Amino acid sequence: MQINNGLVYLIALPLAGAIILLLAGRLADKWGHIFATLMSASSFAVGLLQLSQMLARPAEERAVEQKLFEWISVGSFQVDAGLLLDQLSICFVLLITGVGTLIHIYSISYMSHDKDRRRFFAYLNLFIAAMLLLVLGNSFLNLYVGWEGVGLASYLLIGFWNQKPAYATASKKAFIMNRVGDMGLSFAIMIAFASLGTVSFSGVKEAVPQASTASLTAIGIMLLVAAVGKSAQFPLQAWLGDAMAGPTPVSALIHAATMVTAGVYLITRSNFIFDAAPTAQLLVVIVGAITLLFGAIIGTAKDDIKKALAASTMSQIGYMILGAGLGPVGYAFAIMHLITHGFFKAGMFLGAGSVMHGMDDEVNMRKYGNLRKFMPITFVTFGLGYLAILGVPPFAGFYSKDMIIETAFNAGGIKGILLGSAALLGAGLTAFYMTRVMILTFTGTPRWDEKADPHESPILMWLPMVILAIGSVTSGFLLSRGDALVHWLEPLFAEHGEHEELLKPIVVTSLALLMVAIGVAIAFLKYSRSEVSRTAPEDVSILTKIVRRDLLQDDFNEALFMRPGQALTSTLVKTDEIVIDGAVRGIGSAALSSAGALRASQTGFVRSYAALILIGAVALVAAIWVVTK
Amino acid sequence: MTFTAPVLNYTILSPMLIVLAGALIGVIIEAFVSKAFRPLVQLILTIGTLLLALVQVFRIRESESVTAAMGSVIFDGPGFLLQAAILIISIISVFLIADNENFTALAAAIPGSPEEHESIQQGNKVTEVFPLTLFAVAGMMLFPVSSDLITLFVALEMLSLPLYLMAGLSRRRRLLSQEAALKYFLLGAFSSAFFLFGAAYLYGYSGDITFSGIRDSVVGGSGNDIFLLIGIAFVSIGLLFKVGAVPFHAWSPDVYQGAPTAVTAFMAAATKVAAFGAMLRIYYTVFANAQWSWTPLLSGIAIITMLFGSFVAIAQRDVKRMLAYSSIAHAGFLLAGVIALNKAGLAASIFYLFAYGVATVGAFAVVTLVRDSAGEVTDLNRWTGLGKRSPWVASVFAFFLLAFAGIPLTSGFIGKFSIFSAAYESGAKGVVIAGVLSSAVAAFFYIRVIVLMFFTDSHEDATTVVIPSVLTRITVIFSFVITVALGVYPSPLIDFINKFATFIR
Repeated sequence: MQINNGLVYLIALPLAGAIILLLAGRLADKWGHIFATLMSASSFAVGLLQLSQMLARPAEERAVEQKLFEWISVGSFQVDAGLLLDQLSICFVLLITGVGTLIHIYSISYMSHDKDRRRFFAYLNLFIAAMLLLVLGNSFLNLYVGWEGVGLASYLLIGFWNQKPAYATASKKAFIMNRVGDMGLSFAIMIAFASLGTVSFSGVKEAVPQASTASLTAIGIMLLVAAVGKSAQFPLQAWLGDAMAGPTPVSALIHAATMVTAGVYLITRSNFIFDAAPTAQLLVVIVGAITLLFGAIIGTAKDDIKKALAASTMSQIGYMILGAGLGPVGYAFAIMHLITHGFFKAGMFLGAGSVMHGMDDEVNMRKYGNLRKFMPITFVTFGLGYLAILGVPPFAGFYSKDMIIETAFNAGGIKGILLGSAALLGAGLTAFYMTRVMILTFTGTPRWDEKADPHESPILMWLPMVILAIGSVTSGFLLSRGDALVHWLEPLFAEHGEHEELLKPIVVTSLALLMVAIGVAIAFLKYSRSEVSRTAPEDVSILTKIVRRDLLQDDFNEALFMRPGQALTSTLVKTDEIVIDGAVRGIGSAALSSAGALRASQTGFVRSYAALILIGAVALVAAIWVVTK
Repeated sequence: MTFTAPVLNYTILSPMLIVLAGALIGVIIEAFVSKAFRPLVQLILTIGTLLLALVQVFRIRESESVTAAMGSVIFDGPGFLLQAAILIISIISVFLIADNENFTALAAAIPGSPEEHESIQQGNKVTEVFPLTLFAVAGMMLFPVSSDLITLFVALEMLSLPLYLMAGLSRRRRLLSQEAALKYFLLGAFSSAFFLFGAAYLYGYSGDITFSGIRDSVVGGSGNDIFLLIGIAFVSIGLLFKVGAVPFHAWSPDVYQGAPTAVTAFMAAATKVAAFGAMLRIYYTVFANAQWSWTPLLSGIAIITMLFGSFVAIAQRDVKRMLAYSSIAHAGFLLAGVIALNKAGLAASIFYLFAYGVATVGAFAVVTLVRDSAGEVTDLNRWTGLGKRSPWVASVFAFFLLAFAGIPLTSGFIGKFSIFSAAYESGAKGVVIAGVLSSAVAAFFYIRVIVLMFFTDSHEDATTVVIPSVLTRITVIFSFVITVALGVYPSPLIDFINKFATFIR
C-alpha cells in the first residue's frame, strides 16, 4: 500500500485549532471563531487534495497509509498509530470537513451573542479532529481513540449550556448510554486480539478466513453493540432526543450528519467480519428495521422541532444500519444514504436553528405557524431538505432510500418481505411526520409568543443552508449516476452475486412513492384543514400518549436499569462503608499503632544505633549458620 | 624483583579523572577567587565538569578495553549506565545545592557564637560544598566500577567522607545538623570496619582481592566455606548500611532530617545509585555461584526492610523523616532486584535507581520551598492546606509522591512493575508478595500527605511557599519532566538499558 505522509494534516489542523483556542483563553475571544473555521476549512482543502490525488490513481492503488509512530509494543502485540485513507474514509473525510466547515460558518453568527463562543469553536474543532481520527484510523484500536474522542466532544457540546441543570443532565445521559456502546467496542477489540492476534483492519481481514465462526460472531455482536450506542439505535436510542439540549449547530453536525453515523461506518468498515458472521449480520438488520420504525413513530408525536428531527435522524440511521446489514450488496447504499442524509438533515437542523433564532429560541412547533412569509430562505431550503428526506424524485433521498428498500426486498424469502415492508412503512411514516413539521412551522396561522420576532437570518446563517440545500437536491443524482459511488467503493467489499429480484425496481419505487403520498395526505388532512391548538391536546388515545412518551423508552430504562441499579449501588455503598472501609480503617489504625511502637526504636542515640547494627550483624551470621548447616 | 609501571588506561578512567580535576580546581578557586564571584564560578565549574564527564561517559560507552588501572576498575555496560545515572542525578542536585539559602555561612563557627553572627553579617557562603560534591561524585562513580576489594573500599570512603562533612552544613538548626553529621560519621566508620573485616575473610578464602579471583574460587569451591560465608555477610553489612536496609538503617532518618535538604536530596538519590550499583556487581558476578548461601538472607532483609520502612513511615510527623523511611522501603524494593539475579532484574534495578533518584531529588527540592520565617517547615501538620495556598508546588509534590507510590503514568509504576516481575520470574515469590503488600501500605502514607495538602483545612500559622529561585526551579522542572516522561513513554530508556545491562565478569 502506498505511503502518504500528508494524512496527518487532516487531523492535525483542527486539533491544533482546538488546542490553541483552549490554551489561549480569553486572548482568542476576538479571532477564535474565524481561526477555528479556517482550520476546519483547511482540513477540507487537504481532503479535496487527497481526493484529487486518489482519483488520479488506478482503482486498486487508491488507498494510502501513513504510519505515525509505534504505539504499543508488548511482546507479540504490536500496534502502530497509523492512518488509512481509502475510498470509504475519503467519503467521510469530505462529509465531516465539508459539512463541518459550513456549520462553523453558521455558528459564527448563531453563537455571536454567547460569551463563550471561543470555547464552543474549540470544542467544534476538537470534534472534527476526533471524528477524522475515527474514520482515518487503520486499526480498531486507533478507531477506538477517535470513538472516545467524539464521545467526549459530544458530551462537552451537549452540555455546553451547562448552567441549566437539565442540559447538564442530558449530556450525562448521552455520555453514560454511550459508555455501554463503548464497552461493546472494547470487548470487540479484546476478542479480536485474543482470537485473531491482531487489531488492524488489514490484519483482521486476512485472519478472518481462518477464524472460527463463533469468535467472529462474538466480535460482530460486540461491534453492533458499539454501533447501537453511538448511532442511537434500538435499544440504546434514548439519549439522542435529550442530546438536542446542545446548541443547534451541534445537533446538525454531531447528532445528524457525522458522529451518529459512526456506527454505520464501523459496520461498513468491518464488512469482512459481518460477511463471515451471518448471525451478527441478521441482528444488524433486525436492529436497523426496528429502529427505523421506532424513530419514525416517535417522530409523529413530537412538538419540539429539534426532537422531531432527532427522531427522524434515528429512523434514517436505522435505514443505513439496515442497508449495512444486508451484506456486500447493501454497504454502498448505506454509505450513499449516509452522505445524502448528511446534507438534508444538517440542512434541516440549520433551518430549525434559523427558525429558533427568529422565535426567541422557542422549539415548540405549536407556537410557530405561517413562517414562510417571514423566513423565505429558511422555508425554501428546509423545504428542499423535506422533499429529499421523503424520497421524492429527483431529490437526494429518493436515490439512496429507494435503493435500500429495494435491496431489503431482495434479501430473499420471508426475511426480505418483512424487511422491505418495514422500510416501506417507515417511508410512509417519515412522510407523515415531516409533513407535520412543515405544516406546523411554515404554514397556517401564526401562534407565536409575544417575544417572537420572526425574521430571516443573516447571510452567514443562510448561506450554509443554501449550500446544504443544493446538496440535498443534487447529491443523490450525482452519486448514483452510472452507479458512481457503488463502483467507487467496490474494491473494499466482497463480491456479491446477482440476486433474484422479488419485485421489479419500478414496482418498489411506485410502492414507496405511494406510501409517501399516503403519509403526506394524512398529515394534510389532520393538520392543514383545522386550526392547530397552541397546547398539545390532552384528550388523546392511549396510543398517542405512549408515543408522546417516546414509546416508554425512559420508563423502560428506569424500571429495568435505573431502579435496580440504584438499589445495587446503595447496597454496594453500604457494603463498602461497613466491610471495606472498616477493614481499611482497621488496617490503618493497626498500622499506626504498630508504627508507633516501631518508631520507639529510633532513640536518637548513636550507641543504640551501633548496637542495632551489631545485633543485625550477629543475627546475619547466625542466620547464615542456620541456613547453610 | 622488577617493578613495572602500571598500565592505567586513561580512557576508561577519564570520566572520573575529569570530576576529580574539577574538584581540585574548585579547591584552588576557594583559595584565590574573591568571595563575591565564588558561588557563580563554582557553580559553572561544577556543572561544566559534570556535563563534560557525562559526555565523556557516553563517548566511551562502547570502548573496546573494559578494564583499567591493572584490573581494579571495570567499565562495562552497567558501569556505564550507573555512572551516567549518577552524573545526571548529580547535575540536577547541584542546582539545588547551589541555592545558597540552604547552607551555613561559616561551618567552623560554633552555633550561636559571635563568629557565626559576624560571618552571616559579612554574607559569607560555604562554597566549599561544590568541590566536596565533586569529590563525592567521583567516589560514587568509582564505587560501582571497582573490581577489587581495595578499590571498592577506597571508593566507599571517597564518597562517604565528603558526605559526612556536607551533612553538617545546614544553615538553620545547626546543632541538629552537626549531630547528624557526627552520627553519620561514627556509624559509617563502624560499618566500614565490618566491611573491611569481611574483605579480609574473602581474601582469606580465596587468596585474592580481585573480584574475578574470588569468583573463580567460589566457582571452584575449593576454599573454606566458613570464610566465604563470613566474608559475604560482613561485606554485605557494609553495603547494606550505605543503602539503608533494616537493621542497618538507623542513621538514615536522623541524617536525612538533620542534613541540609539539598544535601539530603543528593545523598538519598546519588548514594543509592552508587551503593546499589556496587552491590549489583558483587552479587551478580562475585557471589553469583554462592547464591544458595545469601539469597535467603537477602530476601529476609528485603522483606523486613520493605515492611519496616512502609509501616514506620506512617507514624512520621516530619516530611523529611517520612521521605527517609520511604527511602528505606525503596531500598527493600531494590533488594528484590538484587535477589532476582537475572538480566531483567539488573535492567529493572538500574531503571528503578534512576527513576527513584530523580523523583527523590525533585521531592526534596520541593521541601526546600515550604518555609516560614525560621526556615524550612518540615512538620507535616503545618503542610495542611498547602494545595489551596500554593497549588502548583503542592501538585508537583503530590506527583512525586504518586511516583514513589508507583501509580501508573509515573516512572515509579514502571520501575516497581519491572523489578517485581523480574524477582517473580526468578522465583522470589515471598519477596514479591511482601513488596506488593508494603507498596499498598506505602501508598497509604503518600496519599495521606496528598489528602493533608489538598483536602484538609489549613491552620492559622500558615506556612508560606517561597517563590522558587531559578536554580531550584531548574531542579524541580527537570525532575518533574523526567519522572513524567519515564512514566508515559519509558520504552526508549528501557531499550537502552537492556542493550547495556550485562556485566562483564
